[in-house]
Amino acid sequence: MAVLLEAIGLVAGYTEPVAGPLDLALKPGEVVGLAGPNGAGKSTLLRALAGEPLVHGGRIRWADGVRRAGGELALLPQKPPRPAEVPLTAREYLGLTGAAPLASMTPWLDRRVDALSGGQFQLLAAQARLGAGAAVVLLDEPTNNLDPAAAERVAEAIDLAAAAGRGVVVVSHEASFLERTCQRTREVAPWT
Amino acid sequence: MDLTALDLSPLWDPLFRVPLLTGLVAAALLPLLGLWLRLREEWLAALGIGHVGAATVLAGGALGIGLLPAGLAGAGLAVTLKAGLGRAGNSGWGVLILGGWAVGLLVGANTGLGEAASHALVEGQLYFAGPVHLLGLAGIGAVAAVTLPWLGPRLLRSHLFPEGDRANGRTAWHWHRGFDALVAVGLIMATTGLGLMAAFALAFLPAWLAFRRAPSWRWALALAPAVGVAVYLLAFVAAVALDQPFAPVLVVALLVAATMGLRR
Repeated sequence: MAVLLEAIGLVAGYTEPVAGPLDLALKPGEVVGLAGPNGAGKSTLLRALAGEPLVHGGRIRWADGVRRAGGELALLPQKPPRPAEVPLTAREYLGLTGAAPLASMTPWLDRRVDALSGGQFQLLAAQARLGAGAAVVLLDEPTNNLDPAAAERVAEAIDLAAAAGRGVVVVSHEASFLERTCQRTREVAPWT
Repeated sequence: MDLTALDLSPLWDPLFRVPLLTGLVAAALLPLLGLWLRLREEWLAALGIGHVGAATVLAGGALGIGLLPAGLAGAGLAVTLKAGLGRAGNSGWGVLILGGWAVGLLVGANTGLGEAASHALVEGQLYFAGPVHLLGLAGIGAVAAVTLPWLGPRLLRSHLFPEGDRANGRTAWHWHRGFDALVAVGLIMATTGLGLMAAFALAFLPAWLAFRRAPSWRWALALAPAVGVAVYLLAFVAAVALDQPFAPVLVVALLVAATMGLRR
């Protein structure tokens, strides 16, 4: 099966390298986790994979078609933008990326996003990226501030995306969540 | 007050039709544009753009340049300045407001226009709006009607999902500059017709109300212009009937409507 995204000896950082080297290959339908303690540089590596100019060494290779026009790569940042006040429903929010709602969202789909709980918005933000039609989805700490039940909803959304053939990379400091969602997990170490 | 003594006959005077229609277009257009300004937390920029536009129109008048070319030049200048000062946020808009206000008054005071001309632009003189104002605003209204259904969702997406554009190497700045140009031309044309503060109030207050009360974006797109048009018509009738200057009557009416709507 063709590899969607491949990182070979990837070292990422800002003015100085902070994490890596990372070797990673992601195929369609695969969910790969990046684990490690806080400050290990997991998010920095993910942002480098997303195309930010943070690469200090190694290389990133994309399959043909990925990262061309049309939103082939989706990224959930640690803090997805959420205006304090905006008259936009959860359904309209999903519609902006073309993502379909999950069944568990039905009770609050027509509620404004500024009226959703933190957990509801986190699930909504994750599904808006997972269901956007991108070949590769990168998720940075998708269970931030979620209780176990809400984290399970996010895990189910990842399962659905993988079943639809998307390749997903998940950054999390929660080992149990990575164990639940990922086929493989790479341990990230700070750059030495 | 003896309401039977109110003189409503000017409302049926053909001379008032062009001013009425000019304001009506502005009352529908500016609240709509105000929604995206509020989304981007740039509603104060509207006041800065209005001031820069007013100064440019006055300078154009002093040089014998017509309203439309001067207004378009003002829009270009305002968009350029806004792009340069945008990163400073409210501080940048403050610079636009102060600079536009000072230059406008100085141009008025030191040219044949006289200080009264700059005050008239700031305070508004809707009853003197002519076909050029109406055509200018109707033109920008038509451009907005054609482009916003396409541009609007892209502006929303780039605001709420900025990382998606970056990750896929898409640039969104041209959408934002295009919208800025639409706002600048609309605001400046409205400023020359309704006055600076009336135009700003139309861009600011109905959108604020819609952000607080609309149950969805679709509803906000309907509610903001509906509030703008309804309050505008009420203010127009009240100003004529009570023989009051239009712009402050409109601003007061919008403030009352916004206060009632926000408190509900």
